[in-house]
Amino acid sequence: MTNDELIWRIAGGSGDGIASTSQNFAKALMRSGLHVFTHRHYPSRIRGGHTYTEIRASADPVKSRGDGYNFLLALGDSFARNPQENAYYGNEEIKPLSENLDELREGGVIIYDSGLLDASEIEDFDERVEENNWHVYDLDLRTMAREHGREVMRNTAGVGATCALAGIDTEWIEELMEDAMPEKILEPNLEILHEAYDMVSEDYDVDAHDVKVPEGEHDEEQVLLSGSDAIAYGSLDEGCRFIAGYPMTPWTEVFTIMSQNLPEVGGISEQVEDEIAAAALAIGASHAGVKAMSGSSGGGFALMSEPLGLAEMTETPVVLVEAMRAGPSTGMPTKPEQGDLEHVLYTSQGDSHRVVFAPSGAEEAYRQTRQAFKIAYEYQIPAIVLYDQKNGGELQNIPASVFDEEPNGDLGSVLSEEELAEASHDASGKFNRFQHDVEDGVSPRSIPGQKGGRYLATGNEHMPAGHIAEDPDNRVFQVNRRMQKLEAIRAELDGSDVPNNTHYGPEDADYGLMTFGSQQGTVEEAVDRLNERGHSVKALGVSEMAPFPVDQVSEFLESVDECLVVEMNASAQFRGLTQKEVGRFGEKMSSLLKYNGNPFEPEDITEGFVTSIVEDGELSSHETKFVPAASD
Amino acid sequence: MSAFNAIGENVERDRNEYTPGLEPQPTWCPGCGDFGVLKALKGAAAELGLSPEEMLVTTGIGCSGKLNSYFESYGFHTIHGRSLPIARAAKLANPGLTVVAAGGDGDGYGIGGNHFMHTARENHDFTYIVFNNEIFGLTKGQTSPTSPKGHKSKTQPHGSAKQPLRPLSMSLNSGASYVARTAAVNPNQAKDIIVEAIQHDGFSHVDFLTQCPTWNKDAKQYVPYIDINESEDYDIDITDRKSAADMMFETEDALHEGTVLTGRYYHDADRPSYQQEKQQIGEMPEEPLAERYFDEDYEWERTHDLFLDKHK
Ligand SMILES: Cc1ncc(C[n+]2csc(CCOP(=O)(O)OP(=O)(O)O)c2C)c(N)n1
Ligand code: SF4
Ligand SMILES: [Mg+2]
Repeated sequence: MTNDELIWRIAGGSGDGIASTSQNFAKALMRSGLHVFTHRHYPSRIRGGHTYTEIRASADPVKSRGDGYNFLLALGDSFARNPQENAYYGNEEIKPLSENLDELREGGVIIYDSGLLDASEIEDFDERVEENNWHVYDLDLRTMAREHGREVMRNTAGVGATCALAGIDTEWIEELMEDAMPEKILEPNLEILHEAYDMVSEDYDVDAHDVKVPEGEHDEEQVLLSGSDAIAYGSLDEGCRFIAGYPMTPWTEVFTIMSQNLPEVGGISEQVEDEIAAAALAIGASHAGVKAMSGSSGGGFALMSEPLGLAEMTETPVVLVEAMRAGPSTGMPTKPEQGDLEHVLYTSQGDSHRVVFAPSGAEEAYRQTRQAFKIAYEYQIPAIVLYDQKNGGELQNIPASVFDEEPNGDLGSVLSEEELAEASHDASGKFNRFQHDVEDGVSPRSIPGQKGGRYLATGNEHMPAGHIAEDPDNRVFQVNRRMQKLEAIRAELDGSDVPNNTHYGPEDADYGLMTFGSQQGTVEEAVDRLNERGHSVKALGVSEMAPFPVDQVSEFLESVDECLVVEMNASAQFRGLTQKEVGRFGEKMSSLLKYNGNPFEPEDITEGFVTSIVEDGELSSHETKFVPAASD
Repeated sequence: MSAFNAIGENVERDRNEYTPGLEPQPTWCPGCGDFGVLKALKGAAAELGLSPEEMLVTTGIGCSGKLNSYFESYGFHTIHGRSLPIARAAKLANPGLTVVAAGGDGDGYGIGGNHFMHTARENHDFTYIVFNNEIFGLTKGQTSPTSPKGHKSKTQPHGSAKQPLRPLSMSLNSGASYVARTAAVNPNQAKDIIVEAIQHDGFSHVDFLTQCPTWNKDAKQYVPYIDINESEDYDIDITDRKSAADMMFETEDALHEGTVLTGRYYHDADRPSYQQEKQQIGEMPEEPLAERYFDEDYEWERTHDLFLDKHK
């Protein structure tokens, strides 16, 4: 257990302001020079229901949540109903304290609001405290908040007490409160912050424990944001000025950020009647000459299936984002999973041809969203950004300079009216928008309203000017041309300056871990730990799901004795994709799967690796599942 | 300077300019009402002096969906039931375009019914022509949402147990600001109505009775028809919702009793279009968005300058 990091968990009822308090706290730590990573847990209910956010802060970069944590601020669930009656909701109020004890590390600190919570209601509480050498501070945060302002300011009191106990300078917190709060509530909050800080400093021995905030320094300015922020910003910087959507957790975040920012840049956001319409609108806007996007989560994306095929057939550029959550069907709306990989790769009838990126964290989400737009518009093909509730919602710090890039309003392979005048037309004057022999399979398009550009776009198979046709020769030409674009895209991706697939760990390692999307950071942390413990392991985090980086992945698999493929679903979809695409190494790849609604923690992976690969044993945990390689 | 010089040319047009100079020739069956729509649309476009290249005709799937194969303009033959959302976005992206959406009764009132309701409600500024032949033509004669009760087909062997949908009433109640019914057998009225519909600022819905002699042999050819605005036997104030609603209800019932009523039913010239509403609240730019991508001097906004401060 390392104490060179602070992992602070704030727990309360959803609706208790946990999100904003934790965000400010994380930002304060970031400003103080630390690297931060937040993990949030929340139930589907809007109010009531126990929730927490965890902030991991360290002097070194952090890419994942930790294993367990070392500082608990339990506020009590003020929205719990019927706490006395033990009826439907049971005793919810105590849950922010009682439900968070299992993962608290030895020697950890607990602050709880004794104004709301009574620890004696928890079975064996004192014994557990003693056994684990926890340091418990029961503070009446509620009364403190009431005296100076309103009860909801309990959060601030808790933060003040945290600062005193963890050795955090309150200045960082004050600064943020000043930025974020209106005058009227700022004053009382500042008072509460100080009162709590002073009270704890005076009345308690704050050095009785060793859970302290580390010190750090950034060498350049940082920003704190989520994958959802990054996807939205990537879209805006690529000149996307049209979004259509229908709310669905967790995709709603991207939709919301876009809807709030688009008016400022003269763009349009449309909340429409369903996801079929949403995808169709994005296609319609793109057809008429605007960079456009839509998106959803699993169920809504299923409704986009037919429009997605239409975009492929009419070669209309469009970017769709898919925020995975645990399925099938409504599944677990607020829980992450990576079970929609095959869904986005293959949904819609016929031979699919589309581009799919699965970014890991915020920085990749920004870059790959931009690349998705570039490729979609250059190659006239739908591009999908696949992420999940985990990397969509986690906040992390990345350098502000990541965003210091040129914006791109280029509409891709489009002709101007001057170019159209010179372009190929059929005898009736229709523009040959779908020509057979063109470079990279890309036949440039015209935009309605342009002189000399009229053609028919249709989901039916069609001739060069768009006429519907079932002529076999033309059919083969058109299919080959559309598929040819994927080869050109593959070649372009292979030549990217910034690789999308990330190698990590010692190049000559004996064993490999492979993963995709949101689990990459956690896998990398597991690689560090395993190597520290004397194992020889490296990792490949793949983001390019389609077209698949066959050579790169083959090389990686070639270079290791065995590879454990880590993914958050029950049917090993990523391993299956890899096997299908590379066509060999089936005997080298086994799977570590997790699908209980919680993302992997680094120790899930180290343990899974050691037990299943090194020791050939049985996993003791029921949270993860090992699936052996084909020949085992 | 505009990148879309087909828009607003305003020159004299001949209706033949909308006939493709080459194949494909229409493959509709002889006597099909769909020819009537094509003819009326050509006549209307010529009368309005529209350039084929400032028009975007979006269609769904069905015999009716072939309209833009036989009409010379920009076209988007979409998927079954989805011509409206595509049309909506194209019009928002470039309001200079003259957008006409079209499709069958199955396409628009069945599978695409949700889009119909919401497009009407939002009052998007374009015209929607529904080829209402009271049947699924392309898929060989199954009962459609507008087929009369008792209608027999291979999928309804004992006759439909369902009341037909009331397209005009549904349109009015959903919020369409121009609603008319015409018939293929009445080419002059049809052309005039399409001219008005295109000129109208807002969502204009034309329910177009198109006989299907191949699969709907029992159905009347929609003759004789009565123009409710001309006939002395009918009294309607098309600017009055209640009057319109009553006449629509009567018209829908009458059709299944053998009386074909047609004409203009509702016209609200004052209601702002969706585009105007959206511009009013600052959620849609005044300049067509599509122009921006062709403007080489446009300074594209950056996240780094606009949105990053709140994350620092
Ligand atoms: C999603 C989907 N379902 C079913 C079909 C098959 N289909 C094509 S056209 C059609 C109905 C056509 O009827 P209508 O819309 O009234 O058009 P019409 O042919 O009468 O003009 C159907 C069911 C399809 N193309 N797509
Ligand atoms: S099947 Fe009916 S609707 Fe279709 S083309 Fe023939 S007559 Fe017209
Ligand atoms: Mg029909």
